[in-house]
Amino acid sequence: MNLLEIIQFIFIALFLAGGIFFYMVGVLGLLRLPDVFTRMHATTKCDTMGAGLILIALVIWQGFTYVSLNILVVLIFIWLTNPTAAHYIAKSAYISLYKNEEK
Amino acid sequence: MIDVMVLVVTIILVLLTFAGLYRAIVGPTAADRIVAINMISTKVSTIIVLIAILTRQNSFVSVALVYALIGFVATIGLAKLLIKGRLDI
Repeated sequence: MNLLEIIQFIFIALFLAGGIFFYMVGVLGLLRLPDVFTRMHATTKCDTMGAGLILIALVIWQGFTYVSLNILVVLIFIWLTNPTAAHYIAKSAYISLYKNEEK
Repeated sequence: MIDVMVLVVTIILVLLTFAGLYRAIVGPTAADRIVAINMISTKVSTIIVLIAILTRQNSFVSVALVYALIGFVATIGLAKLLIKGRLDI
């Protein structure tokens, strides 16, 4: 095990631990926070960060191959669609909670 | 060594998915359930990529892409149903 493999191992361990930490924070916020909007603030941000860190750790482990390119496509897709879905869920929650009571 | 770490991460993610399923079952409003389903969809997509790398089946990574696509479309459809009450407008 030479120096480059040791550096690769340290980076993979750090990124996996960070991803698990962000996922745990997201699930904790989903279970414990009091409102819809605060739960959304906890889940979407930490969810995007956790998936990004874990998939980047897998890319570092695989090296420069076809599989890592495929994983990067999945990652970019998650990073594009998760904030879009978060905005739309926030809009729908706001309309269904507050706009219907004013009528 | 890295195999064992990735396996432990996969098991922890499965347990966290079941913990998030609690909010999807007993959530007070419909928006809570949509938020929980969105998070479960992203998490299952990550689990599929982890299992594909662990078992060396490289073509299973495309399944994760399709699962993320289906989760996004389901989330948008449920939110639109929550706004308008129907889906054909």
